Amino acid sequence: MKHLITSAAVAALAFASVGTGFAQDATKGIEEYRKMLEDGNPAELFEMKGEELWKQKRGPKQASLEKCDLGKGPGVVKGAFVELPRYFADTGRVQDLESRLVTCMGTLQGFNEEEIKKTPFGRGEMANVTALATWIATASRGMRFNLPTAHPEERRFYELGKRAFFYRAGPHDFSCAACHAQENIRIRLQDLPNLTKNPGDGVGFAAWPAYRVSNGQMWSMQLRLNDCYRQQRFPYPGFASDVTIALGSYMGINAKGAASIAPAIKR
Amino acid sequence: MHKTHAILAAAAATVLAGCASGPSPAELDAQAKAMMMANFRDQGIAKADRLKQDLGQAACSSDKPPADSVAKEIEAAALASIQWPAGGQYFGDWTRGERLAQSGRGMTWTDTSTATKDNGGNCYNCHQIDKAEISHGTIGPSLWNYGKIRGVKDVTDPASAAIIQYTWGKLWNSKAYTACSNMPRFGHMKLLDEGQIRDLMSLLLDPRSPVNQ
Amino acid sequence: MADPMRIRAQVTGDKATVRVLMSHEMETGQRKDSAGKTIPAWFIQEVTVAHNGKNVLTAQWGPAVSKNPFMQCVVKGAKAGDKIAVTWVDNKGDKRTDEATVS
Repeated sequence: MKHLITSAAVAALAFASVGTGFAQDATKGIEEYRKMLEDGNPAELFEMKGEELWKQKRGPKQASLEKCDLGKGPGVVKGAFVELPRYFADTGRVQDLESRLVTCMGTLQGFNEEEIKKTPFGRGEMANVTALATWIATASRGMRFNLPTAHPEERRFYELGKRAFFYRAGPHDFSCAACHAQENIRIRLQDLPNLTKNPGDGVGFAAWPAYRVSNGQMWSMQLRLNDCYRQQRFPYPGFASDVTIALGSYMGINAKGAASIAPAIKR
Repeated sequence: MHKTHAILAAAAATVLAGCASGPSPAELDAQAKAMMMANFRDQGIAKADRLKQDLGQAACSSDKPPADSVAKEIEAAALASIQWPAGGQYFGDWTRGERLAQSGRGMTWTDTSTATKDNGGNCYNCHQIDKAEISHGTIGPSLWNYGKIRGVKDVTDPASAAIIQYTWGKLWNSKAYTACSNMPRFGHMKLLDEGQIRDLMSLLLDPRSPVNQ
Repeated sequence: MADPMRIRAQVTGDKATVRVLMSHEMETGQRKDSAGKTIPAWFIQEVTVAHNGKNVLTAQWGPAVSKNPFMQCVVKGAKAGDKIAVTWVDNKGDKRTDEATVS
């Protein structure tokens, strides 16, 4: 027993050291806390699961996803994440990572795509889509966002996304822009990136999927947008609906040159 | 003369660009609007009809502010919509006001009621108010010493009437003073009732409130 | 069945740093679900680490440990190629063991 040193870093204990001091100290404290967690980002558990799911023969057709084309050719995973959403000729649509994965699960594995899209986040095949997205994002870690804009549909989705971003409605008159169109602002202690331009490496679009420590959940970009709309007091956006993909095109093209740190770890 | 030519040239360029690369800005506006209406569904208390915009919401939905004349129209309509407090009673209880200011609850699809009593003011999400609370947002200006800075020593003093009325109006319908304000219209949209707004008024303006120490 | 752990064991000098991520809900038994019903406690109670089959750490855990916990320890004398096995047992009697090779 005496020939080892144990240091169990437990989230609850680490958080106890934050709480006091002035606003700046608190922000600094939270940054330190995040740094401590980086070494043991539970997103890795989802990466492992995602990699296994990619290679495993599953679904009615008992096939793996290894021939799935994420935009760089069948089976190419590295670099795919930083070029999505993009236009796919086979579906005739601009697709983000998650909607493309659902397409592959349908065409290659024989899953019912509409069923998957209706499944709540964190359950059944939807949880598998999130794990797959986490692993695929990991393969582009450190690479810079460079979404294609050559296809007219890609440019059209950017324009639709921009309009959705500024669309103000609901009981609180909020839009995405209410919180994400200025520099150096916060809600409570949470910094808000300006998503109308490149907000910097590993910020905003370049940070999700991310593991949320506060609720112990792995959040994909679709879930991130879904919860933004919940807090915006909007009704419920359909999974992989055009508005969610168009917002991805808008934020992704704006983030050109930003290095991806996904999967990140968040409060 | 020169200016007219420039405008005509710009218009021609737009038409050409429209032919060369997909839909025109107006077509995109229409497509975006149809997309917003089609892509959301009811969930709990958050109904899809929340996406229908009023004049102000529609005019404040782009990266450019609306024309001055439109902004003035929005502000005038908002000002006319303000309900002033019954019996001229502007004040309540600042301790209740602080609790309301702290609460960010209400109106999301995970909330179960749209009643004002179940809503918070969300104030600290965007504003510094009492300095004792370090976890405050910075989207709106600091409201620390709100009444003190504005010289409110006695809320019954007629000299304080103008700032009292302005503050009530801002809480009831923020768009009365800034057409595209990011602040919700708490009274107008029935997020908070008169009693709750009185409590927030006391928090901000009462010389005894911790905010004005 | 529980999802696998992520174990990394790296040599630095005469010891190896072992970092372990475990996939577990770690329910405290104090939370209620949306219907107001208490969610039953479900957490890891015992963690053991073995170096080439020999136990080098036993820890007793409780509901204060976070969901998907991370644990780090240093094993003296571990060399590249050695086996590090980590086992947890939770309060329902579920058990999982994963092994990694020191690099």
